[in-house]
Formats: sequence, C-alpha cells, structure tokens
Amino acid sequence: MSRLAPHPVLSVALVLMWLFLTRFSLGHLVLGSVIALTAGWAVEHLHPSRPRFRRWIAVPRLISIVMRDILRSNIGVARIVLLGPDHPAYNSGFIDLELRLRDPNAIAVLALIVTATPGTSWVEYERHEGRLLLHVLDLKSDDDWQSLIHDRYEALLMEIFE
Amino acid sequence: MSAMILGFALVYAQFALILSLALACWRMLRGPRAQDRVLGLDTMYVNAMLLFLLVGMGNGNVFFFESALVIAVLGFVTTVCAAKFLMRGEVIE
Amino acid sequence: MRHLEQLPPWAAIIIALCVAIGASMTLLGGLGVVRLKSFYQRLHAQTLAYSAGTLLTIIASMLMFSLLESRTVLHELIIGVFVIVTTPVTTLMLSRAALRRDRDAKLGHDEIVPPQRRAGPAKPDPASATPPIPAAAAPDRPDR
Repeated sequence: MSRLAPHPVLSVALVLMWLFLTRFSLGHLVLGSVIALTAGWAVEHLHPSRPRFRRWIAVPRLISIVMRDILRSNIGVARIVLLGPDHPAYNSGFIDLELRLRDPNAIAVLALIVTATPGTSWVEYERHEGRLLLHVLDLKSDDDWQSLIHDRYEALLMEIFE
Repeated sequence: MSAMILGFALVYAQFALILSLALACWRMLRGPRAQDRVLGLDTMYVNAMLLFLLVGMGNGNVFFFESALVIAVLGFVTTVCAAKFLMRGEVIE
Repeated sequence: MRHLEQLPPWAAIIIALCVAIGASMTLLGGLGVVRLKSFYQRLHAQTLAYSAGTLLTIIASMLMFSLLESRTVLHELIIGVFVIVTTPVTTLMLSRAALRRDRDAKLGHDEIVPPQRRAGPAKPDPASATPPIPAAAAPDRPDR
C-alpha cells in the first residue's frame, strides 16, 4: 500500500476523474490507474505535510455552516453591488485577526472558506505570529468578525485537525 | 413547452454573460492600476468559461465542457503569472 | 434546439431558474467590478461570479445532461472542484501583489492599506519602525 500507492485517496480521486472525463472502458481504467499511481508517487516526493483528521463528526457540521454562510454572503454582496459604492449603509475595511490555528492544512481550509465566501477576502497571513489580515466588504464592527472567525470556523477546524 | 422556457433562459443568460464580459473588459482597459487590469482579465476568463458551458447546454453538446475546462485552466495560470509578475517584477526566479 | 424538447417540464423550469439566477449573479459581479470604488472591494465582486455563478451553472448543466443522456453525467464537478481549489490561490496572490504595490511608496497610490507588520524573530526588519505608507500620496501621480 505505502510503496505502491503512497497517497491512496489522491490516486482514487484521480482514477475517478479520469473515468468521468472519458467514457468508461477497461483501457481507460488501466490508463487512469497508471496515471494516478504515477501522480501519487510524484506527490510523495514533494513531501507535503500529511493531514491528520481527528474527528470526522465535525466535517458535515462545518460544511453545512459554510454553505449557509456562502449563500447569505452572496445575497449580501449582490445587495451591496446594487446599492452602489457611495451608499452609507455599509463600509468596507481591513481586519487584523489573531489565529490560534497552526496546522498548515487547517489554515489552507480556512483560506478556502474565507475566499469562497464573497464579502471576505484573505489578504495576508504572517506565520510567525499567526496574524491574519482580512478585507471585508460589509464591515459592522471589528470584534464581531474576530469572534465570528474564532467561534464559527476556527473552533471547528481545531476540532477536526488538531 | 420546455424548449421554450429553456430557450428563453439560455438566451437571457448568454446575453447577461456577454454584458458582464464587456464590463470586465472595460475594467481591464480602463485600469486605473495594474492589479485592476489583472482582476478584469480574471473576471473575463470566468465569464468566458460560463459562456462556454451555456453554449454547450444550448447545443446539447458535451464537448463544450472540455473547452470550458481549458479556459478555466488558462485563466488560473494567466492570473497567477500576472500576480507573480506584479509582486516580484519577474515570473521565473 | 430540438434536444431541449426531450426534457420534462419540471426539469426545464429548475434548469432555467438555475441558469437565469447564475447568469444574473455573474452579471452583478461584472457590474460590481466596474462600479465599486477600490480594488479590494472589486475583489469581492469577482468572487460573486466565481461562487454563485459557477455553482448554479454547473448544477444546471449536470442536471440537463444527466436527463438527456439518461445516465449521471458528473463531468462538471471537475470544473467545480478546479474552481474551488484555484480561486483562493489567484485571489490571495492578486491581493498580496496589490498590497505590496500599495505599500510601495515609489508607485504612488490612493488606497489606505494597513502598514507592514513586524517580521518575526527569524527576520528582523529595520524598516518596521517607520511604516512605509507616506502620509499623503500625491493625488496627481500617474497611474501605473
């Protein structure tokens, strides 16, 4: 297992992608498997840090929270675009946060969540101090965002990864 | 019946996407700064990808999907290279 | 458009709604790219096209081809996964480049950005004592 397919999840995902892209046949299955094994072997040589999942239970909860937030912020951003740039009902700005997460995979997932949500974008992350700079389109108050990121995402991510 | 509903929706969606493409193109030509131009180009790539998907749906042809995928990949590479260039002043170090 | 006739009406209505809402959201994103004032605000408008537009169009396309070919067609998921994985990379690189250029006093800028933070203990930065943002950027400086 470990010598032949060092990253089994990645290899299986690649085989499935290959079969989606082509019509299913035995030849494509063999070719896709060869490509997936080669890719897994190549990734092993890049030495990424392996994600360690502690609790799978929290994953569906995180996904449902993220989906709801994406939906809500989509509507919010659409409203702001319609209101126009000079409307006094919103103001945008940068937020400086302190992150407790240290696991690089968890931080990558957090970056994914923050970017996929319109209305917040990830600008800069300082690794030594764990400080994160966000830009928020509809800024209500600084503490709100601090507690929102901490309670909603970071606690769940720490539960899953650390 | 269903052809009429879908036909209207697809034509509307294609017009909306073309308009959005034109707006992004305006932002790319207008600037005012280099990062705005890159942002406009990236938005144009997304819109072109969605437009290809819609044309594929209109023609009933699955193979437009592959060109949409190619456009998505090209947009990613272009934007990353342009952003790297803006950040460092060169692409390959 | 003969193939569209083969779809049942309920599917046609769902697909039409998905396509129309997705395209409208993308149009709003394009409008925001033109209409909003600063670069960082426009970044959010573009995410609108990436998240809502792509998601709804992909759902509509998957549903339509699955019904037409009477088997599950999941091609479009690949575009979805690709977009989800690459959007953070492009947005992050673009905003970091913009931040770096805005902090650069030589280029001249009209956006107020937070100053560079102190670098960590591994790399002390002598310039951190004086934030690199000039008090007043010349407004008439040519854009680059």
